[in-house]
Amino acid sequence: MSATDESRKSDATTTEGGAAGPSPMYAAFLRRVKIRRKLILLCQIVLLVLFFALWEVAPRAHWVNPMLTSYPSAIWPTFVELLGDPDNGILRHTWVTVLETFVGFTLSMLLGVGIAIMLWWWEFLYRVVDPFMVVANALPKIALVPIFYIWLGDVASIYAMAVAIAVFITILMIYSGFRETDSNKIKLVRTLGATQWQILRQVVLPSNVPVMVAALKINVGLALVGVIVGEFQAAKAGLGYLIIFGSQVFQMTLVMTAITMLAIISTIMYLAIMYLENTVMRHHR
Amino acid sequence: MTGTAPMVELRNIDLRYFTLDGETEAVCGFSLAVSPGEFVAIVGQSGCGKSTLLSLIAGILEPTGGNVLVEGSPVTGPSPLCGYMLQHDYLFEWRTILDNVLLGAEIQGLELVASRNRAEALLRGYGLGEFMAHFPHQLSGGMRQRAALARTLCTDPQILLLDEPFSALDFQTRLALSDEVSEILRREGKTVILVTHDISEAVSMADRVIVMTKRPGRVKAVHDIVFDSKGGDRPRPFESRSRPEFQHYFDQIWGELEIHVGN
Repeated sequence: MSATDESRKSDATTTEGGAAGPSPMYAAFLRRVKIRRKLILLCQIVLLVLFFALWEVAPRAHWVNPMLTSYPSAIWPTFVELLGDPDNGILRHTWVTVLETFVGFTLSMLLGVGIAIMLWWWEFLYRVVDPFMVVANALPKIALVPIFYIWLGDVASIYAMAVAIAVFITILMIYSGFRETDSNKIKLVRTLGATQWQILRQVVLPSNVPVMVAALKINVGLALVGVIVGEFQAAKAGLGYLIIFGSQVFQMTLVMTAITMLAIISTIMYLAIMYLENTVMRHHR
Repeated sequence: MTGTAPMVELRNIDLRYFTLDGETEAVCGFSLAVSPGEFVAIVGQSGCGKSTLLSLIAGILEPTGGNVLVEGSPVTGPSPLCGYMLQHDYLFEWRTILDNVLLGAEIQGLELVASRNRAEALLRGYGLGEFMAHFPHQLSGGMRQRAALARTLCTDPQILLLDEPFSALDFQTRLALSDEVSEILRREGKTVILVTHDISEAVSMADRVIVMTKRPGRVKAVHDIVFDSKGGDRPRPFESRSRPEFQHYFDQIWGELEIHVGN
């Protein structure tokens, strides 16, 4: 990197701060930035603590009915208890949901990219199916849950729901990315004699990595929605099942535990994708 | 140059674009013959169809009338004989500089070891030896355009089609690079067709300047650019800009382009 940095410096028209060390004004600027960053973090922590405190105090002081909201100190023992239970424990339910979500977004991604490639290859096909795709994308897929359950049974209907919710927007996003590939880059490889397949492989796919990562981001969230909704109807396990079961027997503690778990896994998935994004996109600028 | 068969020949080219809004006549009855090793510049205002001519020669566009011949045979599609350079470098940001230069070799299925050696030699020759493993965003504009030139020359084309290759660069870089590029291309005996709207670029670099009319593009005038070389070589582009002949050609072409300042 040092060679580049040097070359950049020689190309740059503006000079950077002196080599003798930061000026007092620059040091003050850095201090201000640091303090601001700490203040933001502090406010976030305070907000979180306030949220849990309110959630704990409000039911205990009977401002709200504890039957309706439960409270953190009640969730914790339930959580620990469920953690120890290997057959019907929280870990098993979480695992089932995570696995279903993983399969769901992987399928949506594969289908989405595959179909987008087909539509890019045969523009005529795109023209033909375009209105149908728009309707399919606009339709609230949750309306299909009962039908999927009847058609596909309790396991496949959950996957079908995850795919149905995620796949259309994936196709539309990736296809429009393909269409917007820099036409001059395509012109360049065409002058080098590239075939349609080479244009796809050398230009269209690699230049759309950012679009695919963006699609994946949306996809993971939607697949999780699909899985939970599918589980509401059909499942014998999973966090969606736990939520429905808990609310049917009016055990809000169970429901809240499942929802907390859901918040944790969606955060982890989000962080995983952020990490993937940073790794993949290093050179896409 | 009589006696040598032309390297590139356009015979009475017509080109029309069709859209639902109507048809556009981009080029009309355009003819041009370029000898091997000749450096021809085509100047015209934007939208006069000059870039279209390069696409026709490169074989990525078919004329609606007339013939395009390269080395005497009709063009049916992209050929390794022609190298194309565009306004921007269009280096692929996901490839290293070396891999970018090897793009053509990869697409044409050339022998990779030989191509790699050639690519490395070209990059070293253009002062980019240390940057082969770098990514495009780490290089300055001038360096990137030199890498793009290496990419074009890596497959060893005999004909270079330059589509305003310097217009995206700042003025200093543009002057320095046009010197460098014309030097390289003349040394290697390439046939060059440069398309530009920059009259001084055309006059300083080319042996012959073709002036095009507004759309539909036709040949309006042809100028053989001759500098008094006092027995030596043709002056380099930068040097030629200060010659008396330069101003003469510039004024003539400026008049022919009918550029209206204001409305």
